[in-house]
Amino acid sequence: MLRVRSLTTHYGGIQALKGVSLHVDTGEIVALVGANGAGKTTILNTICGMVPASSGEVLFDGKPVTNAAPDRLVRMGLSQVPEGRQVFAPMTVLDNLKLGAYARPRAEKKREMKSDLEFIYETFPILKERSKQHAGTLSGGEQQMLAIGRALMSKPKMLLLDEPSVGLAPLVVKEIFRVISRFRDLGTTVLLVEQNARASLGIADRGYVLETGKILLEDAASELLINKEVQRAYLGKGYRHVWE
Amino acid sequence: MDLTSQILQYVLSGITVGAIYAIIALGFSLIYNAVEIVNLAQGEFVMLGAMLAVYVLQAAGVPLFAAVLIAIVVVGGVGALLGLAAIHRLKKSSPLSLIIITIGASIFFKGVAMHLWGKDALPLPAFSSGDAIEVHGAVLVPQSLWIFGITALMLLGVYIFYERTSFGKAMRAVAVNKHGARLVGINVNRMVVWAFAISAALGAVGGIIVAPVTLASYDMGTMLGLKGFCAAILGGLGSGGGAIAGGLILGILENLGAGLISSAYKDAIAFVVMLLILFVRPSGLFGGRSADGR
Repeated sequence: MLRVRSLTTHYGGIQALKGVSLHVDTGEIVALVGANGAGKTTILNTICGMVPASSGEVLFDGKPVTNAAPDRLVRMGLSQVPEGRQVFAPMTVLDNLKLGAYARPRAEKKREMKSDLEFIYETFPILKERSKQHAGTLSGGEQQMLAIGRALMSKPKMLLLDEPSVGLAPLVVKEIFRVISRFRDLGTTVLLVEQNARASLGIADRGYVLETGKILLEDAASELLINKEVQRAYLGKGYRHVWE
Repeated sequence: MDLTSQILQYVLSGITVGAIYAIIALGFSLIYNAVEIVNLAQGEFVMLGAMLAVYVLQAAGVPLFAAVLIAIVVVGGVGALLGLAAIHRLKKSSPLSLIIITIGASIFFKGVAMHLWGKDALPLPAFSSGDAIEVHGAVLVPQSLWIFGITALMLLGVYIFYERTSFGKAMRAVAVNKHGARLVGINVNRMVVWAFAISAALGAVGGIIVAPVTLASYDMGTMLGLKGFCAAILGGLGSGGGAIAGGLILGILENLGAGLISSAYKDAIAFVVMLLILFVRPSGLFGGRSADGR
């Protein structure tokens, strides 16, 4: 579904990605973990065309999409849920969701908008309650749900999630990861970028560990969870899991 | 004329000219929302609208409404071109250099208009004939009613566009959060070009409806643009309702001041009001940020 080959990215003179290669197969949930500043968000933003790649290649659905415009990627079925959520604060929850379907063909929107909205409301019942409220008045967790719902409204083949757990209460994090793990059944492929390595590896099929712009490790998520090195550096071995 | 009917007269004239300011201010806000720059060529769109309408009417011999329509569409196109230039520079330039580009564009438009159509003020016929209407001793020309009506229609149109159409909502989304807009697949550059086109067309409408009262001339845009800018600042740059309120308040204050104090201070009043607002409440009367992030 998604294949990234020796991607490098620069911010001015600083090299943020030093030749990253990774792939996500159809139907998979893949976690990309790493510390702050490792380049996780840069990878997503480069894939999405928000940050220009200096070299390397991105293939989506078999087609080269390196440095493609973000709106073209959305039309092709690749949606991002950004860090910091980026909802349209002064607009209603319903308008935010409808805008999520903006890139889809008009006829299709007309036909499926209602059932798609129903589906989002089923997934996140709180959004139905809040549908007439301005997005800016929602709590952080609700905004995260809205951002995911908005991305789902584009009917993506693949979803890129950037730090969905950041700044949220443990119970809300649990709820959001439960929903993400359900995407597998819906056939939506997921690339999940997280600092919360334990939670993301917990729902993922495979994982990559990123350090200072390079892929350090790649393995099945269950293997990474018991990897000594990963445990020491990212899982905080010896501390109890926050919602256990 | 006693004092009340005098004041009524000033208020009515104030609303007439204020409506024009409101349309121009709305144009400023539209572009400011889309790219966060002040388009100082906005006044020239007003002039171009009026001059083109006069020119098309005389040269092509088409009915008035057709000439008006052609002028609006052409000015919209000119606005789109300026928008294209702006996004072309957007990535590599600071807002300040973009604003200077719009100043350059305004001088250019003015120069072209002067060369094409000369320095004389040209008349555009009123939209309907008829005698002036008397209201409690104050007099209102029929064109004023056209100005009220068309302005109200434009404002309603802009409101419906932003609140009810998915294209308008997408443009609002661009204004509110460009990053988020890109992520849902909105082509932000295209929206910026549309914002320029729409605000240029709005400006043209303003110029066309005022031309029968004030005549059209190559240099009419400068002062109207500045007044519209004052109105936008007064109401709060970026706020639609603020643009309307700012325009009307400014128009009424200006006419009251000119009538009751001295007409020599007419233009000064607008700028004093703007300076006061910038000192006391820089976000404008209606530009305050509230809980929903606006």
